Amino acid sequence: MSLAWVLTLGALLFSLGIYGVLARRNAVLVLMGIELMLNAVNVNLIAFDAWIRQGNATGQIFALFIITVAAAEVGVGLAIVLLVFRRRETINVDEVNLLKW
Amino acid sequence: MTGQEMAFLALGAIAAAGGVAVVTARNVVHGALFLVAVLAAIGALFLLLGAEFVGWVQILIYVGAIVVLLLFGLMLTKAPLGRGALDNQQRGIAAIVATGTFAMLTWLVWHAFGDERITFVRAVRTADIGNALFTSYVLPFEAVSVLLLAALVGAILLAKKD
Repeated sequence: MSLAWVLTLGALLFSLGIYGVLARRNAVLVLMGIELMLNAVNVNLIAFDAWIRQGNATGQIFALFIITVAAAEVGVGLAIVLLVFRRRETINVDEVNLLKW
Repeated sequence: MTGQEMAFLALGAIAAAGGVAVVTARNVVHGALFLVAVLAAIGALFLLLGAEFVGWVQILIYVGAIVVLLLFGLMLTKAPLGRGALDNQQRGIAAIVATGTFAMLTWLVWHAFGDERITFVRAVRTADIGNALFTSYVLPFEAVSVLLLAALVGAILLAKKD
C-alpha cells in the first residue's frame, strides 16, 4: 500500500479540522474540529510507524501520548465551556470577546 | 489492488465523508455522531496498519469517552439548530485556508513520499508497546500521567459550583 495515500487522508482530516475550528462559532464544535486535527496527526504517526516498522514502535507510543493529551484537552476545554455558559448564557466564541479589542 | 488497499480506500472514504459531515452538520448532536463514524474508521485504519493496541485504545478512549464527554457538553449547554446559528461569518475565508492547507500538504507528501510503500510484515504486539513504554519512554510516560492528573483536577475545580 502506498504511504502517500494514508498521509493524504491525514492531510484531508487536518484541513477539515482547520475548517471546523475557523468556521464554527459553537465552542463544542470548535473542540470537535481540534479532535479531528489531533486524529489526523495520529494517522500520520501510525502510517510512518508502519512504514519504518523497526525496534520499539516509536510512532505508536507517540500516538498514545497524543491520545492522552487529547483527553486532557477535551476535559479542561469542556469544563471551561460549561463555566462560560454558566456565566454568559452563551458558548458562541464570537460573543465571548471580553479579552478582544 | 490488494485487499489492504481496498480496505484502506473504504475506511478512508468513511473517514473523509464523516469529517465533512462533522464540520458542516446543522445539528450539533448529529455532528457528534458523525465524529463517532470518523473516529471508528480511523481506529479500524490503525488495526489495518498493524497498530493493534493503539487501534483499540482509539475506539475505547475516543468513541467511548471523548465523544460521550462532548455529548454531555452539548446537553448541558443550549445548542441551537441551523447553519447560521452554528457557523460564524468567516466561512469563506476558512474554506480558502483549509483548501490551501490541504493542497500544500498533499503536494508535500506526494513530492516527498510519492513512491514509498508500506509493506505488511507483522503487527506490533501489545507486549512490545508495554516494554517500550516502561523502558525507553518511561520519563515521558510519567510526565503525561502527571499532565492528565493535573488536567482532571483542573477540570473538576473549574466546573464545580461554588
